[in-house]
Amino acid sequence: MKKNDVILIVVLLAAALAVYGFISLFSAKNTKEAQAVVYLDGEVQGSYPLDHDTSVTIQAESGGYNILEIRDGKADITEASCPDKICVNHRPVQNRGESLVCLPNKIVVEIENGGETEIDGSTK
Amino acid sequence: MAKKTAYMGMLTALAFVLSYIEFLIPINLGIPGVKLGLANLVTIVALYTMGVKEACTLSLVRIVLNGFTFGNPAAMLYSLAGGILSLLAMIGARRIKLFSVTGVSVLGGVFHNLGQIMAAVLVVENARLLYYFPVLVLSGTLAGTVIGILAALIIKRLDKLIREQNQ
Repeated sequence: MKKNDVILIVVLLAAALAVYGFISLFSAKNTKEAQAVVYLDGEVQGSYPLDHDTSVTIQAESGGYNILEIRDGKADITEASCPDKICVNHRPVQNRGESLVCLPNKIVVEIENGGETEIDGSTK
Repeated sequence: MAKKTAYMGMLTALAFVLSYIEFLIPINLGIPGVKLGLANLVTIVALYTMGVKEACTLSLVRIVLNGFTFGNPAAMLYSLAGGILSLLAMIGARRIKLFSVTGVSVLGGVFHNLGQIMAAVLVVENARLLYYFPVLVLSGTLAGTVIGILAALIIKRLDKLIREQNQ
């Protein structure tokens, strides 16, 4: 390992930690109306308040499905038809900006604050 | 030529097995995309002992093989985006001669994760996924360091042997 390698590693680690700290400092504050918004292929499909325990089956265009459960203020995908189960293994999310993603079914569940009118996350 | 073909076959098999081992013992930290990248060991060794063309061929063959064997089209798209960006980054990093094997491997790891997250953003059309990028830079750097140190050890021992065999 050369000196440059060490510098590279330290700079990358520091930058990642700094950005992570910055993001969690400014986006982790949930309002009372925090909700889990379900996007299907980039389109809003529905939103569910986090303070209300529920279980929803999301039907994907491809015929697949994901089961979204909201419990104790956290959103979690507990069952899915996709083969890789990345979304199921993902830890439950609760902070604003966090998301659960199922690539095969093109489903994204994202935590957003209620009362926000604009959807600044979707790219069109 | 025959010897080189045999070497390529051997390295492909090795990369394939390493991917399989990683598939068997997934590290699940609750965030998708965090992994060690064992197969990148073979790519780096090929890049340093054989060349750019061979390293590209190896990773492409491995990704396609893995995609069909353990994955699905979505997973293959992910790996392809990560693999291509990672390779380009490593080829570039090696060429500027600023870093040793470890630095090259770190950049490979970080750019692999960048490629994957960009593919995910495009597929689900949601730019907010970049939220995970800092975490993936962190994991890419750490995994890249470990793989890089290992690769440097292997290259030191194998370099002369492989060059002689391929003369």
